[in-house]
Amino acid sequence: MAKANAARAGSRASSGAKRAPTRAKSGGRSAAKGEVRHDPEFVQLLTPEGERIEHPEYSVDFTDEEYRGLYRDLVIVRRLDAEATALQRQGELGIWASLLGQEAAQIGSGRALATQDMVFPTYREHGVLWCRGIDPIMPLGLFRGVDFGGWDSRAAKMQMYTVVIGAQTLHATGYAMGIAKDGKVGGDDGEAVIAYFGDGATSEGDVNESFVWASVFNTPIVFFCQNNQYAISEPVERQARAPIYRRANGYGFPGLRVDGNDVLASYAVTRRALDAARHGEGPSLIEAYTYRMGAHTTSDDPTRYRIASEVEAWQQKDPILRMRRFLEQQKIVDSAYFEGLESEADELAVDLRARVLALPDPAPASMFDNVYPHGSAALAEQREQFAAYHAGFEASTVEASTVEGGDH
Amino acid sequence: MAETMTIGKALNSGLRRAMEDDSKVLLMGEDIGKLGGVFRITDALQKDFGEDRVIDTPLAESGIVGTAIGLALRGYRPVCEIQFDGFVFPAFDQIVTQLAKMFARSGGRVALPVVIRIPFGGGIGAVEHHSESPEAYFAHTPGLKVVSCATPHDAYWMIQQAVASDDPIIFMEPKRRYWEKGEVDTSRSLLPLHASHLLREGTDCTVVAYGPMVRVAVDAATAAAEDNGRQLEVIDLRSVSPLDLKPVYESVRKTGRLVIVHEAPLTGSISGEIASKVAGECFYSLEAPVMRVTGFDVPYPPARIEEEYLPDLDRVLDAVDRTFTF
Ligand SMILES: Cc1ncc(C[n+]2csc(CCOP(=O)(O)OP(=O)(O)O)c2C)c(N)n1
Ligand SMILES: [Mg+2]
Repeated sequence: MAKANAARAGSRASSGAKRAPTRAKSGGRSAAKGEVRHDPEFVQLLTPEGERIEHPEYSVDFTDEEYRGLYRDLVIVRRLDAEATALQRQGELGIWASLLGQEAAQIGSGRALATQDMVFPTYREHGVLWCRGIDPIMPLGLFRGVDFGGWDSRAAKMQMYTVVIGAQTLHATGYAMGIAKDGKVGGDDGEAVIAYFGDGATSEGDVNESFVWASVFNTPIVFFCQNNQYAISEPVERQARAPIYRRANGYGFPGLRVDGNDVLASYAVTRRALDAARHGEGPSLIEAYTYRMGAHTTSDDPTRYRIASEVEAWQQKDPILRMRRFLEQQKIVDSAYFEGLESEADELAVDLRARVLALPDPAPASMFDNVYPHGSAALAEQREQFAAYHAGFEASTVEASTVEGGDH
Repeated sequence: MAETMTIGKALNSGLRRAMEDDSKVLLMGEDIGKLGGVFRITDALQKDFGEDRVIDTPLAESGIVGTAIGLALRGYRPVCEIQFDGFVFPAFDQIVTQLAKMFARSGGRVALPVVIRIPFGGGIGAVEHHSESPEAYFAHTPGLKVVSCATPHDAYWMIQQAVASDDPIIFMEPKRRYWEKGEVDTSRSLLPLHASHLLREGTDCTVVAYGPMVRVAVDAATAAAEDNGRQLEVIDLRSVSPLDLKPVYESVRKTGRLVIVHEAPLTGSISGEIASKVAGECFYSLEAPVMRVTGFDVPYPPARIEEEYLPDLDRVLDAVDRTFTF
C-alpha cells in the first residue's frame, strides 16, 4: 500500500480553506520537507490530545467543513448507538451490538468510500451504515427481531449484516472478482469493495481463504479489520501472536495498522487503499487499532474478563474527545456549534426511538415469504395449513384443521 | 443423593465430574474459560482445572473440531463447545468427513472419543443463526451419534456418558431449558446413553419428543388430561441417533396413535425416520396416520414471530385431536 500514489490521497478534500497540520510527528519532520517515513506500525494524524500531526505517506488536507462533517458523524452515530442500547435495556430490542469506541474507524473508512464502492459489513457497522445514507432504523429491526435487516443492499451499496463470523469476507472477494471481470477497475471511476471484520474473525478459515483468493485474483478489495482487542471475552492474543496487519505480507499484498480511534487517519489510509484497488493495484489489509469500550453485546458482562483500568486507559484515547479538542484548539467551531450538534443528535435519537417503538411485528405467515424466488408447491401447501390452523383459532371453530407439513 | 439444580448447572457439574474422573478429558471452545461460556455451562472450570484443560480457543470452529480430532488421536478426550447451533457449520467438514469416518477408515483401529456440545433450538428471542436445530444433518451421517437431554438428571448423566463413550457424540443441549430446575440423583444414572425413556404413561395417544420439546409434550399431556380426559403417553427419545424405538413401538401398539414433536423443519427430519419405522412395525395397530408437529420448512423466523414457528401445546393437542378423526 505504501507505493499507492500519494497524489490521489485527499482528492476528496476539495474547496475551501485547507488547514495545515499544526505539528509534524517525530522531531519536527514534516511532509513539506518531502521526507518519506512509512510507519506501518501505526498511522496517526490526530493524537489523543487533539494535535494534528503529519504522516508523510498518508497526508490528507481537510477543509474546516470536512472536519466539522466528520465530527458531526462521530457524535451522531454515538448518540444513536446509545439510544439503541437504552432501547434494549427497556426490552424494545432483543439484543444490541454497540459500536462504542469504534466510531472513528467506521466513520473514517465509511466516508472514504466512493459512491460506487460496495460494503460488506459484520453486525457492528452502524457507523458505516450511517455514512452510506441508510436509515439508522434498519439494523434495529434485525436486533428487535421483526426482520432480517431490511435495507436494499443493492441500492445502498452496502450488503446485509453478517452474524456468522467471517463469512462475508469471501462474498466481498467474489464480488470484487466480479468487478474485475466486468472491467470496472483501472480509473478514478473504478469500483472497489471493502470487507469489514473483527480481530476474532481473523482466525476463521473463511477470512484466511478470502485473503488467498483476493491475492491470487488481484481483486479490488480492502480488508478492513477493526481490532477492538476482544472477541467477546477473548483478548486478541488468543487469535494472533503477531500484529494482524503483518499477515497480509504472507498472502502477498500490503497491510498496515492505523490508529482506529483517529478518524482522519482512518479516512486517509482507507481512501488510499480503495483508490489503489479501484485503479487495479489489488487488495490490501488495514488493521484499525481500536477498542470496544462497551460490552460485546447487551447480553455480555465484560467485568468477568477485563479490568476497569484497561477501559479507563482507552477512554483517554477516545475518538470523539480528540476530535473535539482539535476543533476547539484550532477554533474551527465555537461552543454554539457543539450545543447545536448535541440537540441535533438528540432529536435524531428521539425520532429513532419513536420509530422503533412503532415498528410492527411481522405477520406470522410472512415467515413463508421469500424462501424461494419462485416459491414451491410443497411450501405453499404448508403455508395454507398454517393459515387454516390460525384461522381455526380466530373463528373458534371446532374444525381447526391441520398444523404441520401434511406428510401423513 | 438427590439435588435440585438447573439443566445448565447439571451440565456444569457433569463436566466437572468427568474431568475429575479422567485427566485426559479436555474442554475447548470460544469463551469457555474466563467467561465460563456465553451460557456459563463451563463456569469456574478453568479456574479449577487450569488453562491446559479448559481451553479458550481461537475463533474458528473448523479449528476447534479439527484439533480435537488430533488431540483424540494423541489419547485425549476433548469436549468441544460450539457457541451456538448456527455456528457449527464452519466445522461441518471436520465433523462429517473426518470425525465420523475415522473409525471405519482406520479399519476399526482408531476410535475418536470426541464430544461436540451444541446449545440448540429457539425460543430465547435471539437474532438469526442462534436458534437452529441442525440435528438431522448429523443423524444422517453414519459414524456419529446424536443425543439430547431434556432434564437436569439426564443432563448430568448423559454428558458424562458421552465423554466416556468411544464414539464421536453430537451432544445437543436444549438452550431455552438451561434455566429449568429438576431433581438430579447424583448417585446413579438409571439409563444408558442411547435409550429412550417413557416419561408419562397413557393409553390414548403416544407423543414422542426430545430436547426442548419434551417439556411441551409433557405439558400437552397434562392439558389433555384436564381438557377431555385423554391420557397421552410421553416418550423422551434422548438419543436421536441411534434411535431406540422399541419403547415407541410398544407404546403405539397400546395407544394406536403417534404424534412426533421437534423444532427442526419438517422435511428430511428425524420424525420422518420414526414415522416410517413405526408404520413398518406397528402397521396393524395404528388407528391413524402418524402426525408430526415440527418447525416449518422456512428459515428460522425473526424473534418476534418465533412462537408461531415453534411447536407449542396447542399445536400438539391439535395433532392429537386429528389422530382421533380417522
Ligand atoms: C462462526 C461464528 N462463530 C461464533 C460466533 C459467535 N460470536 C459472535 S461475535 C463473536 C466474537 C467476534 O469477535 P470479533 O471478530 O473480534 O468481532 P467484534 O465482535 O469484536 O466486533 C463470536 C465468537 C459467530 N457469530 N459466528
Ligand atoms: Mg473484536
